[in-house]
This record gives sequence, C-alpha cells and structure tokens, in this order.
Amino acid sequence: MKFTRREFVRGGVSAFSIGFAAPKFLCDIALAQGAASRNLVVLYLGGGNDSLSMLVPYNDPFYRSRRPTLAVPAGQVLQIGADSAGTELGLHPRLTGLRTIYNEGRLALIQRTGYENSSRSHFEGTDIWSTANPLITQGPGWLGRYLDTIPAPVDPLHAWNTGAEVPHSLLSRLVAVPSISNPAGYAFQSPNGPVDAALEREAAIRMSSHLPMHRPHLAFVNASAQSAFATLDRVATVGAYVPSVTYPANGFGQALRAVAGALATQIGTRIFWVQTGGYDTHASQSGSYANLMTTLNDGLLAFYQDLNQLGLINDTLVLQFSEFGRRISENGSGGTDHGAASVMMAIGGQVRGGIYGTAPSLSPDPANPTLENSANDVRYETDFRSIYARVIDGWLGADSTAILGGDFRSGLAFL
Amino acid sequence: MAADLRVQHLLRRAGFGATRAEAEAFSQRGFAATLDALVDFHRTPDDVDALIGQPGYAVVTPSAGMSEPFSPSKSINDARQRWLFRMVHARRPLQEKMALFWHQHFATAYSKIANAVGGMAATQMMAAKRSEHPAGLWGQIELFRDYALPNFRDLLFEVARDPAMLFWLDGRLNTRARPQENFAREVMELFTIGVGQFVESDVYAGARVFTGWNLQRIGEARDPMGFYQFFYNAAQHDTSEKTVSFPIYPDGSKTIPARAASGGMQDGLDLIAALARHPETGRRLARKLWSFFVSEVHAPDEAWVNRIASVYTLADCHMSPVVRAVLASPEFDAPDAYFARFSWPVEFAARALKEVGYTGFALNRALGPLSNMGQQLFEPPDVAGWERGTAWFTTAAMLARMNFASMVTSQQRNDIAALATGNGATPEALLSFCLDRLSPAPFEQPAYSSLLDYLRGGITWNGSASQLRVKAPGLIHLVVGSSEYQLV
Repeated sequence: MKFTRREFVRGGVSAFSIGFAAPKFLCDIALAQGAASRNLVVLYLGGGNDSLSMLVPYNDPFYRSRRPTLAVPAGQVLQIGADSAGTELGLHPRLTGLRTIYNEGRLALIQRTGYENSSRSHFEGTDIWSTANPLITQGPGWLGRYLDTIPAPVDPLHAWNTGAEVPHSLLSRLVAVPSISNPAGYAFQSPNGPVDAALEREAAIRMSSHLPMHRPHLAFVNASAQSAFATLDRVATVGAYVPSVTYPANGFGQALRAVAGALATQIGTRIFWVQTGGYDTHASQSGSYANLMTTLNDGLLAFYQDLNQLGLINDTLVLQFSEFGRRISENGSGGTDHGAASVMMAIGGQVRGGIYGTAPSLSPDPANPTLENSANDVRYETDFRSIYARVIDGWLGADSTAILGGDFRSGLAFL
Repeated sequence: MAADLRVQHLLRRAGFGATRAEAEAFSQRGFAATLDALVDFHRTPDDVDALIGQPGYAVVTPSAGMSEPFSPSKSINDARQRWLFRMVHARRPLQEKMALFWHQHFATAYSKIANAVGGMAATQMMAAKRSEHPAGLWGQIELFRDYALPNFRDLLFEVARDPAMLFWLDGRLNTRARPQENFAREVMELFTIGVGQFVESDVYAGARVFTGWNLQRIGEARDPMGFYQFFYNAAQHDTSEKTVSFPIYPDGSKTIPARAASGGMQDGLDLIAALARHPETGRRLARKLWSFFVSEVHAPDEAWVNRIASVYTLADCHMSPVVRAVLASPEFDAPDAYFARFSWPVEFAARALKEVGYTGFALNRALGPLSNMGQQLFEPPDVAGWERGTAWFTTAAMLARMNFASMVTSQQRNDIAALATGNGATPEALLSFCLDRLSPAPFEQPAYSSLLDYLRGGITWNGSASQLRVKAPGLIHLVVGSSEYQLV
C-alpha cells in the first residue's frame, strides 16, 4: 500500500480542477500539441526478464554449464554479430521479427542496464524503475514527472495506459492518466432510451465536475470520471480503427493495436504504456519463455509493420524494460530466480540500431567484474537512468536533469 | 424504521453492505450487538450455499451450459459466481470479508495453476469445499474462510502447505540440491515482516528451511478423481543448520539447528512461528487492517498501530480479538472514517446488488464488468494482490462501475418502478427515497441539484407509473454510478 498515492489526492486536487477543461477545447489542444510531436511507447515485461535468454551470449564458455537445460543451442540462436567487447550474441530463436527490425537498423539492444544494489523484489524493483531513484520508491513516476512539466491545461488523453492499472511510472501529480485496454468497450451505458441516456450522461458529467477541496478522496474519483467523459468520444474513434496488418489475438497484440489506432486516428495521445507479463520464470522456463518470446515478437512485428505503412515509424519510439534480470545459473526447477541487470530495447525509425554495452562474462569466479552477488547475477554497466535521460532529452524534448533530479546523460547514442 | 447510520457503516466495512431488511434488523439490535454477531459468526449457521438456485435470490449460470450442473469446484467461473453469491447473500458477512482480506494478503492466481494442471484441478485447489473434494481437502478460499479469524500462525502454516500456494510460489519444486526462493522471499516480504526487515541471505536460508515441502499426486495423471496433496519429502530436505538475521527462538537465537531429515519439517514451523511473532508482523497486519476496515484517506497514528499490534501479541496471534479491537476502536467510528474507504470492485458490485435489488440477477453477467473494474476473483495481478485505494479508479474502471450500475438498474427496472410507486409524488420525494435506500456518501448541493435536474429533464413531472419506470432506474443508475457511491 503506497500512502503517497493518497498524498497525490491531496496534492493533486487543485491541479485537477485547474487542468480540466471542456472536451471540445481539449481536442483543439491535442491537435495543436500534436502538430510536431513524437510518440513514446513504453513496454514493460512484467516479472523480471531473463535477458540472457532473449539476447544470448551463446559462445560464452560457461553459458551451457550454468544453464544445462535452459541454454539455447548455438545453432538455433538468431546470430546478430558481436558487441564491442567481441562477445558473440544471438536473439532467441522466436524473435525472427525483431531480427528483421534489427537488420533494418531500427532495433537497439542495450546490455547490462540496471543500477547499484539492484533490488530482487518485484515490487521494490518496479518502484525503482518507476521513480527512477533507487533510494525513493514512492512518489510520482518518471513519466508522471514529465507530464507534470507540460503547460496546463493538459489533454487528459496525452498519455494512455493500455493496462488495467495505472503504472507507477505514469503516476503524476497533475495529470490523471486514463487506463483503456479495450477502446471498443469504452462507452457510457444507460438503462433507458436515447433521450434519458443523454440526460443521464449530462447529469453525470455535471456531478463529476464538482471537485470539493475538503473531500479530496471524492474529488479524486470525480476527476477520474471527468477524465472518462472527456475522452469517451475520441476513444470511440480509435475503436473503429481497422489496421492493415493482423495483430495477434492476445492481450499484448490487442494493446499494440489500440496504440496504433490512437496514432492513426490522431487523437493526440503521445505517451503509451503497454505491458505483458509472465516473465517471473522460476520454473519450467524453457517452454514458457519461448511462448513469451513468440508473444513479444509477433506483437511488436505487427506494430512495426503497421506503423511503417501508416508512415508513423519515424515519429514513434518503443522503449522496453523489466524490473530486473534473472540469476545466471538455472535452479532445480528448470527456471531462474530473481537477479540483477538486464537488457533494454529501443525500436523506432529514428533509433540507431545495434548492440550497445557489453555482455557479462558468465565465469563463476567471484572476482568476475561483470557479475555480482558472488558471481550469481549480472552486474549493471549502464545506469538505466541514462537511457531515460536520452529519451527525455532527445525524444520528448524535455530536461532530463530536472525530471530525473540529476545528470544521467551518457554517451550511449542509441537515439 | 430508519436505519442506524453507525450500523450501516459497520455493515459496509465488516460486510458487503446491507439490504433494507438487514439494515433495519441490525439497526434494531444496535451497534454493539451487530459487532458481536459479525465477529462471533460461528453462532450463525453457514447455510448460504443452500440458497443457490432458490427463487428470490441472485442467479448462477453453469459455465458449461444450462443443461450442465453448476460446478464451483470444477469451473473457475462457477467458483467466481458462488463467491459473489456468498458476498451478496452472506449470513456471516465478516467471515466472507476476511476471506477476501486473506485472498488479497496471500494473493494466489488461478491462471498459473491452471497452466500447470488444467482448469478443473486448479479450480478444485482454489475453491472446492471439503465436501466436494475426493479426499475432503479444502480449496484455498475455504482455508481462508476456516481461518478467517483464528490464529494467524496456524493460517501461515496451512498456507505454506496449501497445494495452490505450492504451485503459485513454486514450493513444490523446492529441493535440497536446488532450493527455490520464491515462497521464502514472499513469506517474509509480503505475508509477514515486510521489506526492510530481512536481508537477501535470509531468503536463501528460508528457501532451505522449506526444502521438501512439496506436493504429491494421488491417482494417475488422467484419473478424474486424482488430486494433489501436500507431502513432506524428507529425502529432499536440507538438514544443515540455517541462520537468519532476526530471532527465531524466544531466547533470541537466530539459528535453526541441523536436524535429521525425518524431523526437518520443524525447521519450517520454527520459521513460521518466528515470523508470526515478529513485532513487525503485528504492526503490518494492523496497518493492513486499518486500510481495509477503517480509512484509506488518512494513515493510522502510531499509537493506534501499536495498540492493535499489542492485542495481536497478547492474543498470541489470534485474529478474532484483533479484528474486534479494530472495529470497536473509536477511530473506526470517528466521523472522518465514514466513507473514507474506496470500495473494491467486488464490494461495490455486492453492495449495489444488495441495495438496488438482486432477484433474478445473473451473477455471471457481473464477471466481465468486474474484470473491467480491475478485479477478477481468484486472479489477483501478482503476489502483492490488487493495487487498492485510488488505484481502483482509473478512467476505464470508473466507466465500468457506471455501466454496471446501468446493468443492474436495467435488470431491476420492474422492482424499482414498483418501489418508487407511492414515493414519487415530487422529484424531491423520489430522490430522498432513493438516497435513503442506497446509502451513498453525502451529496453536496451541486450534485444534488444535478440529480433533481435529471428527474425534471425532458418531462413535466407528474409522478405517473410510466415516468417512474424511466426516471427511477435512471436516477438509481446515476447514484450508484456516482463518485459518492464508490466510497464506503
């Protein structure tokens, strides 16, 4: 339970009332803000991604001995060359679409991203990646703080969470981010015919427009209702989007389809959150991880092709992360336990594709500098906040030092 | 007679709200007697399941088709309907409420188990009653009902050997050669002492403590009468000593001694007892009970937390005196605690049905909307459970609540219209009648006026049956879908 979220209620109420304006007006803002804007899709792989199975150092002399049942055979990995230290790397065999994107120079793989004293807890780890501060696990997220820098009034559809719960990264002091997993079901229903249905909607809008300052919890719920009413009609147009490619029928594919629909119909949304879970592979990982990679690959490939055809790929950046990587040696259950550093991916028309950073050496020597925790886990090489900094400065056009509370800018020019 | 506001508050928190008849009956008995009846629920017969299928109640729909039997121990959607039925029609509301609390605390998701063993076996592990199980074992939710208010230490022990939990956190795979850390980490981080109270090496030691706490399959793989049960596999237990960073024994010793494999289960019992009696466990439970029963708008002061934690300690981890102390505390009944909690989706749905009407309402129609509101029973998003409080109120979830209100009022139109007859001489009279029955948080003048404007909208009020047939459901839709109604 995060008390800070309730503190937002107190801190955020006045902002909601100032920030909120009539839907038509907001639509105009959205169009104006949309003229020269770039889109960011943040992709979270929930549960702690075993990046050693996603980007495989298949010739490491200890890879097979430490992963006797999980190791992907060298002949099956999708070889993509070597990193700057000469470690040969291959994508998981199911990532054929990502290899295509890689070959087109639009996929960057950033190895060993993480932070000092990596948390092995899902919840603390996710909070740290969200706040972008290993010492503070509560308070607004890094994307929320970015939203807070946008001049008011902010379009309530500026950001769109495709999942069920607003992720901590998108928690903002000033902006209530809508969660819409299915645009087609995003409509106001009534027990009555059209005349009273319209009257009910009108009444509900007026009831939620009052934000009593002395009842912040009630004001919070009203702000969510307001945001729903302010976005209903625009989201309905997204529900009608018919893509030219076929998206997988799973939740991940459909979320990406909704994102493409929002971009194609130009409703003004700029920041999207997409997540897909199941990465907490403590047991029987081999088959389940292959399924995860299929889901990831097929969804991203469809999205990439769709955006290419829409002519939007140059305006769009996909940034992938997970709360931690996993232990190097497999456990007795054919799985892997919680580890430390992992791999981040960036996909987009303006991404400088390639392999960034260096792979860990998997040698179990406790003095191995690329590992930590007695050579059990991958040690980070690139602070994840330097990746955020590049995205904030170079893509969103904001000031990363202010948003991240420090200077994390680095030379990794993946964007 | 009028319903007592304090009693209604208690029934919303310690139960799922009240029908008009329940509110009046408990109001007559008063707050103290109602609290006794809720906490000492064993005096009330547990006969609610016998009401399933009887006329005059909510309706369940067999997922396998109307010609098939309703099978809540085999089909997870049937199990979800049965639990909703029990929430709406509970004779022992606090038992049901605590089962929900423990479901959140020990959050276990059906889907992972179903992936491993199939939907039928997974449903049995999650939801079967003893009488429905070939060997008389209970599903996890029945465990939570049985241990709703008894000893937390015993509950932890049962959870540690619960087949659903052994699948969910991989304890079934925890062996001597390869300890499995998943359960060991969460039993400390989430179930008891909390983050910051243990170190990484405690997790590794904890995994070794529980080595051999595995499962065995009874019956052939394809035998429909087969099932999984807990099995202490002595051959897979790590017999060496284990040292953690906090006291295990009352003398302050932090080391579990090396033991023969045959007696190695005692390692786990010692660790569970230590975690249950750890001072932070009582304090964490006190804080969780505060936000579950008392308020999510303001945090408890430390004196309250310590007071409740000391009840827990004095009662040797028995929950019944703890929960009674929470509900009887002046803070619970303080004005700022009223409507200071954000209802969970299942609480909202159950209360709406109790207050608006449930006769003939098909509970399977609630499952999709509940999912859109962010809560599917037996499917918490992860082991930390559902994100609560304001997190329930995403835009889509709020819309789903409004639309559920529409669904219920539409289905109950006839009963609503009948009730409104004689109470709708003026818009003000109808509004006052509805607000009295529905018990939302108070509306302020602007919202109140909007409701009246709605009633007057498009017509000249004459209170006729045809007007009430439209306006009364429309009004109840607005009230139940309002922000005020989402607070309990």
